[in-house]
Amino acid sequence: MGLPLNAVLAQAMLGLNQGAFYALLSLGLAVIFGLLNIINFAHGAFYMLGAFVALIGLTQFGGWIGEPELQINFWAALVLAPLIVGLLGVLIERTMLQRLYKFDHLYGLLLTFGVALVLQGYFTNYYNVNGTPYPGIPASLKGIVNLGFMYFPKYRLFAIAASLVVCFLTWYVIERTKIGAYLRAGTENPNLVQAFGINVPLMITLTYGFGVALAALAGVLAAPIYSVGPLMGANVIITVFAVVVIGGMGSIMGSIVTGLALGMIEGITKVVYPPAANTVIFFVMVIVLLVRPAGLFGREQ
Amino acid sequence: MNKTFWIILFVLGLLAPFAVYPVLMMELLCFALFACAFNLLLGYSGLLSFGHAAFFGSAAYITGFVMTQWNFGPFSGIVAGTLFAGALGLVFGLLAIRRQGIYFAMITLALEQIVFFLSLKLPFTGGEDGLQGIPRGMLFGFIDLNQPLNMYYTVFAIFVACFWLIHRTVHSPFGQVLRAIRENEPRAISLGYNVERIKLLAFVLSATLAGTAGATKSIVFQTASLTDVSWHTSGSVILMTLLGGMGTLLGPIVGAFTVVGLEHELSGIGSWVTVIIGMIFIVCVLAFRRGIVGEIGRLWKRSF
Repeated sequence: MGLPLNAVLAQAMLGLNQGAFYALLSLGLAVIFGLLNIINFAHGAFYMLGAFVALIGLTQFGGWIGEPELQINFWAALVLAPLIVGLLGVLIERTMLQRLYKFDHLYGLLLTFGVALVLQGYFTNYYNVNGTPYPGIPASLKGIVNLGFMYFPKYRLFAIAASLVVCFLTWYVIERTKIGAYLRAGTENPNLVQAFGINVPLMITLTYGFGVALAALAGVLAAPIYSVGPLMGANVIITVFAVVVIGGMGSIMGSIVTGLALGMIEGITKVVYPPAANTVIFFVMVIVLLVRPAGLFGREQ
Repeated sequence: MNKTFWIILFVLGLLAPFAVYPVLMMELLCFALFACAFNLLLGYSGLLSFGHAAFFGSAAYITGFVMTQWNFGPFSGIVAGTLFAGALGLVFGLLAIRRQGIYFAMITLALEQIVFFLSLKLPFTGGEDGLQGIPRGMLFGFIDLNQPLNMYYTVFAIFVACFWLIHRTVHSPFGQVLRAIRENEPRAISLGYNVERIKLLAFVLSATLAGTAGATKSIVFQTASLTDVSWHTSGSVILMTLLGGMGTLLGPIVGAFTVVGLEHELSGIGSWVTVIIGMIFIVCVLAFRRGIVGEIGRLWKRSF
């Protein structure tokens, strides 16, 4: 091939980083889809919102409340942003989505599309469309590490590790604990679970809040790497939809693995054939649809 | 009553360019046609495509390309754009029909994204600028489309012809089968209909007509741009159909006029337009699922 192995490995690592975000986002989509049967179009907007909570907390929030010295640092944002955005998700589920469950599932998609437009349009009014850099990488995560085959930014390594830990924790909770068992039972047959005395509507609300919080977490982790802009969510969500179609939404582990793998494929394409880097995931989707219409890990209905 | 109503609308359409700025009127008609084509799919077959801008926009590019590079006339230019959109619709349809409901929406959206990137990267598309300076030319060699009225009546004729085609389709046995599939797909299968083939046919027809709308628009505005193939345009056409009333013949026209008119009125307030459009989406879905025409129709029936 004549390709420099180091360049391929380097891009594969960067791709793994992107893939970790895809995994977090598609995991959230899959968890929400499992119980609510809707595709959350606002997922990208919540990802953007997570990044903005971190940015605003660091650079503006202090000024708003008259304490310019106050800065909400990265570590605090990592906890606060998912909480705030998760609560917003709970609010949206309680006030709007809940009214739509008895209608065609497409209405949920259209409603969340509207929510995404509102959030995206609102932030476009106040922030640079091309993005604002997030200046708050903690000192302990600055610098680079030697991985043997390449030097890699310490922060990116942290982002990969943090995403993976959260992904596998989520997997563990859903597949191996009692709460997860309720959740899986609710996915199969909500009426029966309700009859056993479990508060299914509450479970649905919390699930939506949790899925949305995962998106916000991905947003905070992405903020120091990419610049924080109003369109960052819209750009990533369509790719994540393709990831979800490729993986199929039947399995939690499936969506994690698919996200990671497609991130790496995208990264490697940047070295092998740069013009296709933006579209390679969509072409993979076409091939998967031809070979396995239900997705790699999906179940036929 | 019904026939009189359509005749009044037709006459209003003929008189419109004397009352309204013709370019705005032509834009309204192009988007109305686009929305009607989309409604054929969403309203009558229950398939939500999130990628219809791919047909609208790629037809605009193809028409612009053959007219500037190969000196096609406006008629053959529009035919070329329309046929291309139909062929693209066949490809999208063959891939997406395999999955239903929400997956169908996501797949069409992702496929549209491929078309978007191709429109950005291919050598003849003009990249970020799109195609500009597409000539309007002479229709059939003797009608000068640079005259605003000639252009308007051409657009109006195209619109009426396509609308008539949609009307005929919806009221044909084929249209009845489409509605049967929308209402109860397993039952349609058990009655022996080849559901996938019928859905594919509806998809291709809808894509083709969306292409006609895009091709016509590229001649009216003499440009083909990335906006035409972007997911924003797919979103707007969904809103037009939803707001006007899906599954009604008149709804998409009302919806297109409302949305395009609103965008014109609000063009001074920047991104707040997106916020307002988003809110209209939310209100429509929560409280107004029949759309304007659907709600009026319901009140009309109730009062008699």
